Amino acid sequence: MTTTTLAVLVPVLPFLGAAAGLLLGRSAPGFARPLAVLPTLAALVLAVPVAARQGGGRAVDAVTELTPTGSVPVELALHIDGFAALVAVLVGCVATCVQIYSTGYLRDDPRYPSYAALVSLFTSAMFLVVYSGDLMVLLVGWEIMGICSYFLVGHYWETSEARAASLKAFLVTKLGDVPFLIGLLALATEAGSFRITKILGAVASGSLEHPTLIALLLLAGVAGKSAQFPLHTWLPDAMAGPTPVSALIHAATMVAAGVYFIARLLPFFQASRAAMVVLAVMAAVTMLGSALAALAQDDIKRVLAYSTIGQLGYMTGALATGDRGAAVFHLLTHGAFKALLFLAAGVIIHAAGTNSLAAMSRMRGLRDRVPDAYWTMTVALLALAAIPPFSGFFSKESVLVVAEHVATGHTGNAPGAAGWTVLLAGLVTALLTAAYATRLWLLAFRGRGAEAPDHGRQPVVMNAVLWLLAVPSLALGGLAFRLLPDWFDGHDLTPTLTTSVLGTGVALVGGIVTYGAWRHTTARAARLPLGAVAAHPEGDAALVEAEAIASHTPAYGDIAHAPDPSDPGRLLLGPLHRHAAVGFHLDAVYTTLFVRPVRAGASLVRFLDREVVDTYVRGAGTLPRVLGTAVRRAQTGNVQTYVSALLAGTVVLAVAAVLVATGA
Amino acid sequence: MHLAYPAVLSVLLFCTGLYGVLARRNAILVLMSVELMLNAVNLNLVAFDVWLSKAAEETLHSGQALTLFTIAIAAAEIGIGLAIVLAVHRNRGTSDIDKLRDTAEGPDGEDPGTGASATGPAAEKAEATA
Repeated sequence: MTTTTLAVLVPVLPFLGAAAGLLLGRSAPGFARPLAVLPTLAALVLAVPVAARQGGGRAVDAVTELTPTGSVPVELALHIDGFAALVAVLVGCVATCVQIYSTGYLRDDPRYPSYAALVSLFTSAMFLVVYSGDLMVLLVGWEIMGICSYFLVGHYWETSEARAASLKAFLVTKLGDVPFLIGLLALATEAGSFRITKILGAVASGSLEHPTLIALLLLAGVAGKSAQFPLHTWLPDAMAGPTPVSALIHAATMVAAGVYFIARLLPFFQASRAAMVVLAVMAAVTMLGSALAALAQDDIKRVLAYSTIGQLGYMTGALATGDRGAAVFHLLTHGAFKALLFLAAGVIIHAAGTNSLAAMSRMRGLRDRVPDAYWTMTVALLALAAIPPFSGFFSKESVLVVAEHVATGHTGNAPGAAGWTVLLAGLVTALLTAAYATRLWLLAFRGRGAEAPDHGRQPVVMNAVLWLLAVPSLALGGLAFRLLPDWFDGHDLTPTLTTSVLGTGVALVGGIVTYGAWRHTTARAARLPLGAVAAHPEGDAALVEAEAIASHTPAYGDIAHAPDPSDPGRLLLGPLHRHAAVGFHLDAVYTTLFVRPVRAGASLVRFLDREVVDTYVRGAGTLPRVLGTAVRRAQTGNVQTYVSALLAGTVVLAVAAVLVATGA
Repeated sequence: MHLAYPAVLSVLLFCTGLYGVLARRNAILVLMSVELMLNAVNLNLVAFDVWLSKAAEETLHSGQALTLFTIAIAAAEIGIGLAIVLAVHRNRGTSDIDKLRDTAEGPDGEDPGTGASATGPAAEKAEATA
């Protein structure tokens, strides 16, 4: 088979799996698991030879036009360069791991078939985004991911948190998608095509007239999808979905789509220096804010969600400095270790019966209950904190290196201001990242107090997937940083001494300071009992998690944080903790700015409809009603009266007809 | 025979029937009056058919055919009508049509204005049954 055929099959197979899963899920539940796992696995198996044949050489382009669509043609196009080939392998890897993990995680879930089919559909859409060479076709995948995300976040729709989170995720990403669509249409109008290759050709020849405006419109969509400030608020709330969904959608693939989109069109974004500065500032604010917020969260998954936002900030930072190689390198390693972090967190939530770090810090021996999750999570957290030689170190260093090069003026890819912004924000964020990674590890695994509850053995598939993902988390960065430049633009991704020492140094400082704070505060934990544990030791992991999410607000007063004085984050952040715990009040600002006016408008419309429009309708009905009342009085019930009236009418008509006929 | 004789006879029959239908109280007599009216029409049909067929070259005698048709219909009608009267008489003990006034407008719908402006479910239900 040719490379093109293989590449077409990659998105098509999971799509067929999803269709079959949705059709057969109810009638043949026995097929749900094979239909979920096998198409995704096959797509991964096909994505690997596509990547191997592409091999970082010339991009594979194939195009066919189904039908003429008016002024700017929409074509089914493939554009597979080194980025697309490697990201597709990552997507296939993570999606397969998640599907396998889900068979254990949602073991007893009655809605598993539709869940698995939606995950397959989502995977297919992501493959479409990755391989597509036509921006309209890319948009199709982009929107399918949005709707799948809505359904999957709302999987536990019995809980009000999940319902609210799914709606929020949908609306906030759509808020970015509207300018994104306008930007795409404007870009295609100016470039004369939706094809990526032709657009990049138009950029090279300088024929675009409004690059800044279009770039900013596109950035709005990217900010929504990749959860960048100020449209990131949906991602922490989306943790109300099942953990495998968080791992797939909200860590490894969908949120990476925005970053990947910029990476594909980077030369276009570079045409506007203003857009690059905006991107750099957006990345810096996102990185710092999310890292501070992560330090104050109590839900283990919300910590990881904020960390995802921060790591995506690193990727957009790398893009703002004009190096997509570093950005996609970080995307690859981050996809591996963040998927691992989420999946391990799912195991921990199942074992502990709670998603609250405050409750876990009062449990003894949690790590002995889940040794696999303990070891793999340690690896992933070290990768997240960018400690050498774990994979996160190399990718994060590559980002810092390009930022340093731009800042010191070695390369002219981007404005120097963007370089400084990204470099400084990146270093501070590295410190904070190490701090919250250490806090999470200490609170989850070094708890003291009562013995951790026994929720039985974890399913083998779940633990196996953890070890499978631990391999790239450990070694991908070190193995790949020499090979990847051949696949990417050819920029060097090797860490330099200065940034390595600086980055590792601040990470170590962050870790040690957090450890000190924890030693200081942990003694208080015993004095203040806290914690609620789900009461379903027999249930599958999904049931335990849904219960834990639903009980967090009643037990601790808030979905995001807990009143726990023994939390080292509280000591480290000081007065900032109160604001960081609620994401720096951004939700409150949105409530004031958008939600209240919309509600006021809705009540106005309701008033107009009920009181004004309905009054006219009732008024119009009055006359017929009065006439009807009058006519009804003639109904005496006497048949002979009716016949008499009929006769009288007939006579009158006959006389009238005769008079008319005779012309009188 | 001149056409006037059967025509006048038919008018007299029809008026007798009409009077019976409008004035009689007993349902069976009302039905018999209906039969009188039908037969007046039949007489007209036959008489005019004969009168027209004299002038025409050839005719289908459609008036006489229609008469046979009407007689058949009348037989069926009187059968059903008498059966209904019999059933009513068994149920009510009377066949006086002045007393059979179940379709009269009752006191329920006397004041429809209040029923429409009220929004309660009870009012809607009352309106639906009215």
